Amino acid sequence: MTHFSLPAARSIAVAPPQTPYGVWGLRGAALTYLIAFIAVPIVVVFVQGLYSGLDEFVASLVRPDVVSAIGLSVWTAVLMTVINTVMGTLTAYVLVVYRFPGKKMFNTLIDIPFAVPTLVIGVMLVVAYGPQTVIGAFFKDTFDLRIIFDTPGIVLALLFVGYPFVIRTVQPVLIQLDANQQESAHTIGASPWTTFFRIIFPVIRPAIITGALLSFARSLGEFGSVVIISGNIPMRTQTATVYIYTQIEEGNFQAASGASVVLLLVSFMVTIGVDLFLRRQRHA
Amino acid sequence: MRELSPRSLPAFILIGFVVLYAGMLMVIPFLTILYGTFAKGLEPIIATFQDASVQHALLVSLLLSVIAVAVNALFGLITAWVLVRHRFTGRKFLDALVDIPFVFATPIAGYAVLVMFGRGGWFSPTLFPIVFAYPAILLVKIFVALPFVTREIQPVLEALPPDYEEAAYTLGASRWTTFRRIVLPEIRTALLYGIVLTFARVIGEFGAVSVVAGAIEGYTETATTFIFRALKDRDNTGGYSVSVLLCILSVVILIVMNHLRHRALDQR
Repeated sequence: MTHFSLPAARSIAVAPPQTPYGVWGLRGAALTYLIAFIAVPIVVVFVQGLYSGLDEFVASLVRPDVVSAIGLSVWTAVLMTVINTVMGTLTAYVLVVYRFPGKKMFNTLIDIPFAVPTLVIGVMLVVAYGPQTVIGAFFKDTFDLRIIFDTPGIVLALLFVGYPFVIRTVQPVLIQLDANQQESAHTIGASPWTTFFRIIFPVIRPAIITGALLSFARSLGEFGSVVIISGNIPMRTQTATVYIYTQIEEGNFQAASGASVVLLLVSFMVTIGVDLFLRRQRHA
Repeated sequence: MRELSPRSLPAFILIGFVVLYAGMLMVIPFLTILYGTFAKGLEPIIATFQDASVQHALLVSLLLSVIAVAVNALFGLITAWVLVRHRFTGRKFLDALVDIPFVFATPIAGYAVLVMFGRGGWFSPTLFPIVFAYPAILLVKIFVALPFVTREIQPVLEALPPDYEEAAYTLGASRWTTFRRIVLPEIRTALLYGIVLTFARVIGEFGAVSVVAGAIEGYTETATTFIFRALKDRDNTGGYSVSVLLCILSVVILIVMNHLRHRALDQR
């Protein structure tokens, strides 16, 4: 899985170092940290989910509210991923290719979702697009479409939270793209569209797919913004994370654990998928 | 790729479309909450922040976040070092573990803590209260932001050949001096960037904290759980005021992030 790191210098192959002092102390500290804080919680969730046997586990899943919640999480995340992939790629393209006033500011603002708490993102969207606002009322009256406290709001919140993912994976690849190739394609008469689809797109495709999968995984697990914006109506606007949260709050651990196991499994599979995909790209 | 000035109409439309999308998605909500909060004047906002339980919630958020950042900075640094410089069986597996909090739905993280330390949990009764007390909040805050420091430092360390460290060590510098004088200057920007991202993540954590804290007013309530409770109780001014405070904090975070990124580019 990639992460949006600061730009680093060219990577140099590193030879295994000599055995230094304190190796075991450092290694032990890192090992304890990762096991205690990551491995243990995963094991706990899975063991607790399957603790009372497979029958109970399946029974906690084949309930209409659980199926509906997981279904809602998946389709809103898929819709978000489609829109975000297109808009993220376009944004990265615009940011790299064109010069326009306010561009630096715009580039900085892309990271807003990393800096603002997701709960506050939910609050902001309710204040801006709720039914009492100008825009909210317009959509309500014109299209009979409720944004906030309904499914469009969930997708909107996911789009806000995941906006940087595709941009920040595609942008560095675009920056390194050979400018001469692009210009020669243009000089020999290729239209901007042809240049984009024949020259640029094949190069940035792996980055686009990576960003898309990352935003999908992020959306599946999103909670803070969704719990504010969804209205939490079971069978209608309750996503998997909100369902789990509601069950925990009510003390129904058994109900929460089944859905948790499924949600985590899907998220892990996406993560592993990204990892394998990137490894294959690197070897190709 | 080379930067161009837009010349054709489609180029202008494309730029306009992207800017409009980002503006509608992020900037308008940001401005409306600012407007919505300050529209009724400063007095209700001041009243919110004079409330003892609000002050307490902010203090709890700040202190626990600082501790969580410190833990993650220290152990994240060690983890990055071990994953890059050491070779041992299971290293790749540990490396893969690091990313998991990024995709772990946060209420589930809180749930894991309840299962372990809650009443009738695996490891309870504990010596001191963990769940519905500060330790549980700290645990989940450390968990949700665990990857940032490690993932920022790793690529920089990978690009830094160990020759310098070995030369310094051979010339008689101690391991600690070598680290402080040779390695630390190289990774400082990445470490700071990781710390800023970690802070942003932990101060704004809601799902996991809400599950484990019990949001006891004046005790385990944090800034984000206060916002949630205020909005539930129809205290919109209170909820919005604290939201705006967190927004202002994130603007500061954004500026620092931007500054650090430019510094990293200059160092290259």
